[in-house]
Amino acid sequence: MTDPSKKIPEQGAGQGPDGSGPEPLLKVTGLAKHFPITKGVLKRKVGAVKAVDGLSFDVRPGETLGVVGESGCGKSTMGRLITRLLEPTGGKVEFEGRDITHLSAGALRPMRRDVQMIFQDPYGSLNPRHTIGGIVSTPFKLQGIQPEGGVKKEVQRLLELVGLSPEHYNRYPHEFSGGQRQRIGIARALALNPKLVVADEPVSALDVSIQAQVVNLLDDLQEELGLTYVIIAHDLSVIRHVSDRIAVMYLGKIVELADRASLYASPKHPYTKALLSAVPVPDPSRRGAKSDRILLKGDVPSPINPPSGCRFHTRCWKATEICRTTEPPLIQLAPGHQAACHHPENAADQRPQDTVSVASRETIELADVSGAGTETPAEGGASPEAGSAE
Amino acid sequence: MAAYIIRRVFAAVLLLLVVSAVTFAIFFLVPRLGGQTTDSLAAQYIGKSPTPDAIAAVKKNLGLDQPLYLQYWDFIKSIVVGAEYNFGPNPSVCHVPCFGYSFKTHVEIWPQILERVPVTLSLAVGAAVLWVLSGVAIGVLSALKRGSIFDRLAMGVALAGVSLPMFFTGLVSLALFSFHWTIWDDLHFVPFTENPGEWAWNLILPWCTLAFLYSALYARLTRAGMLETMGEDYIRTARAKGLRESKVVVKHGLRAALTPLVTIFGMDFALLLGGAVITENVFSFQGMGAYAILGVKQSDLPIVMGVTLVAAFFIVVCNLLVDLVYAAIDPRVRLS
Amino acid sequence: MSDVQKTGAEKATTGTGSAGGADKFLSVRDLRIHFDTDDGLVKSVDGVSFDLQAGRTLGIVGESGSGKSVTSLGVMGLHNSERARISGEIWLDGEELIGAGPERVRELRGQKMAMIFQDPLSALHPYYSIGAQIVEAYRVHNAVDKKTAKKRAVEMLDRVGIPEPARRYDDYPHQFSGGMRQRAMIAMALVNNPQLLIADEPTTALDVTVQAQILDLIRDLQKEFHSAVVIITHDLGVVAEIADELLVMYAGRCIERGTAEKVFYQPQHPYTWGLLGSMPRIDREQTDRLVPVKGTPPSLINVPSGCAFHPRCPYADIPEDNITRTERPELRQVTDGHFSACHMSPAQREQIWTEEIAPKL
Repeated sequence: MTDPSKKIPEQGAGQGPDGSGPEPLLKVTGLAKHFPITKGVLKRKVGAVKAVDGLSFDVRPGETLGVVGESGCGKSTMGRLITRLLEPTGGKVEFEGRDITHLSAGALRPMRRDVQMIFQDPYGSLNPRHTIGGIVSTPFKLQGIQPEGGVKKEVQRLLELVGLSPEHYNRYPHEFSGGQRQRIGIARALALNPKLVVADEPVSALDVSIQAQVVNLLDDLQEELGLTYVIIAHDLSVIRHVSDRIAVMYLGKIVELADRASLYASPKHPYTKALLSAVPVPDPSRRGAKSDRILLKGDVPSPINPPSGCRFHTRCWKATEICRTTEPPLIQLAPGHQAACHHPENAADQRPQDTVSVASRETIELADVSGAGTETPAEGGASPEAGSAE
Repeated sequence: MAAYIIRRVFAAVLLLLVVSAVTFAIFFLVPRLGGQTTDSLAAQYIGKSPTPDAIAAVKKNLGLDQPLYLQYWDFIKSIVVGAEYNFGPNPSVCHVPCFGYSFKTHVEIWPQILERVPVTLSLAVGAAVLWVLSGVAIGVLSALKRGSIFDRLAMGVALAGVSLPMFFTGLVSLALFSFHWTIWDDLHFVPFTENPGEWAWNLILPWCTLAFLYSALYARLTRAGMLETMGEDYIRTARAKGLRESKVVVKHGLRAALTPLVTIFGMDFALLLGGAVITENVFSFQGMGAYAILGVKQSDLPIVMGVTLVAAFFIVVCNLLVDLVYAAIDPRVRLS
Repeated sequence: MSDVQKTGAEKATTGTGSAGGADKFLSVRDLRIHFDTDDGLVKSVDGVSFDLQAGRTLGIVGESGSGKSVTSLGVMGLHNSERARISGEIWLDGEELIGAGPERVRELRGQKMAMIFQDPLSALHPYYSIGAQIVEAYRVHNAVDKKTAKKRAVEMLDRVGIPEPARRYDDYPHQFSGGMRQRAMIAMALVNNPQLLIADEPTTALDVTVQAQILDLIRDLQKEFHSAVVIITHDLGVVAEIADELLVMYAGRCIERGTAEKVFYQPQHPYTWGLLGSMPRIDREQTDRLVPVKGTPPSLINVPSGCAFHPRCPYADIPEDNITRTERPELRQVTDGHFSACHMSPAQREQIWTEEIAPKL
């Protein structure tokens, strides 16, 4: 076991309580993306998929921000928005202090060099008709850059950097295994010496033994090249391993944003807690031990018509009347630890007077409330003005 | 679902209008660009030795002296509400849908078309039944016995079927069965209503000729479709339930494999309804295709226009039907 | 050639030569499933044996291409007999399946043994309603009218936790969420009360919170029906949650087998160590680096000589005489009910495990 005190490696130099520390590399404010839904004969707009609905966060130079959430939480859309593969419907994205929210494709070109993306599917993201050399050198052609010593030499250097052999230059993607393909994707992303790399599920398509290779590679590259990562994944164990700070998303919102250690040791948002407890642990002695497992009922609601108030209230065992009516703001509950919850775990209740709403409680199935229930100061018969407490 | 149908019907009507406009433009606008004047058009209508007076009269009566968009409007109007021609020795009423009169024979077009539709329809329906049944059956068997002698043989024949032009197979079959063995020594169309037996007997050869080409095509398509769907996960699920293989193939495999075939069938069938040009010619059947050829040969514009529009109508209607059938068989289309 | 001779040896070491006794509901003996391809003979499964009692859960773990899914499809008799070469014995409740006629296996399929698959969206037919598909599964094996079958289907949908089952009965798969689809799939598999349930990556396509629900459901249903369950997964977390016994597969062979406790706490094969070291664990202190297995899984056409794992094994040089490269290790009993196929001596393994591996996990 490693010493927990050295939990954050050198790359986390920008670490610190919110507000302090160096200029953020990427600053996102109120970011939103709504995809319209049309219906009927005239295709009139009847609603929108609120894939991302008001995100605010910073990414500091040299750190790794992990973004976790279940399918449909908007994490991939978020990745495409901050790399400007998609144009936001609202909010602001600033990269190195420059507003890139609505820049045109031409104006984005210089920025494209500094921000690169790695995709989940190592099969789908490589053109099968191009050689590895061709694929990795594409960014040079697109940006019109002639690297020192020629393109071929540079590409071979990149291939070596990601643990492939320079002789692979003339081979085709189908000759490689999944893990090697992901390395090719990484080499391509690194070609232009980017400052920020956004990786969307970089290891989830890979076998377990290969996952670890790629995770370690990403780690090494960060140290070597001083990269900043935004890593998007659904696997909480992987996210914990790679991130310095972690944002937990639910239905297009960040529900919790915290330093890694703090998040896993004392999650504040009930959703985070449920998510963590749902992760299967490779330890058979815990088999069937349901005491610490919170079993959420049902699925994530549709982002077309998200629940009112706190979006998690329909599945939350702590939900009260106010959760149904008022959306909780993302506020700091501990140093470097923000959460958006009226009744957080491991922190002071924000709305202690509010009564437990019976209706929502029926929708929750708790395997055992021993872990969760005791912390909830569920006072019966609270005053009617409960909702006004602030 | 209702919105879906309404949208499709709406689109179909719009499409027909566009087709009519384009056709109209091709036949009345393009010749003008080529130097043809309204005078020569009117002269065509009159036939031999047109006098300037007659030309002027025809131009006025047929509205050829009006601007083109007005002519188009009249054309559409006469299709929808009919037209009355109060000139000449015997004023006439052109009934709905009025496609006008032939330049050459001065006969109303629509009754002519109506007369020929049954011929083409008989050809197309019979051949379609044949080719769908044989094509799908051969395709399914080939897919299930992939690599077998049957598969190779069937696909070889299918390749030949796709490659051989219809006038070749048609003429060869005619030469063999009509002239050499004289099984059908007097091929002619007999309306179904007159004598169903005779109707079918006389159509066997054209049906087979038509179906040969198409069934080859459909066998190949079905085979490819079956190979794909039989590899789907839900086929494995169906087997895991313990279903008999025949049921797995027909209920789970074939149904999904045939879906894309519906689209292609709709198109093929519609095109045939517009006139099985080559087949009708080879067997000297007076169908839509033969009529169209007649119109083209004699540069009888109203005939060509009429046949084109009717053919377009068939295509649009078949497409609409395909969409509806699609929605019926694939719930994902219906509900999205 | 030598494979055939080894069969006997393996049987001797595993100690169960013939069909198991009454307590072994499922017994697989030296199962081999090979496929002829244009590139050569693919030995997807190459001599796998295991037993499973009713009421117990066996987890088969391995990476892609290890043969875990091929094994399970083999038990279900779902391989195309023209393309797959299958040998060995599969005993289900005292009945041998490989020698049995395909018609007999079909009768058992869906009735005595059922299977659920990884991606319920592609595993359910898109053109038929959920209800119709369950009814179909029920009526194959039960001569009942549609009304009775429908009643049974609604009952099953209710049992697997689908709200408003009577209304959802007519819905199509694409109208269900991922978790609901997998529940429907389970309902369909269990509609005939099978005594053996094979789940092939049942939760891989699902979110964690839904995964927890589904695992919980499988566990509950197993308890209720006292069925034998085989769960196939690449996720060690999932097996630890649910399996009583474990079988680790590599390149078509079983390299380690034993109770979940034995395999997790005293793993006896370097590949198992590698798997454990590769995965970041949420239940432990943060480690600095993961310990991946070097290299990539082998091709099943050119399986490495000797121990198939030797090119990736850091300890391949410990056994003497280059034996790891020349001789294939047999599955040998280490302790009671715990088998491992490794040339290193138990003492060597014990030392490496306690000194090098365990501290890093």
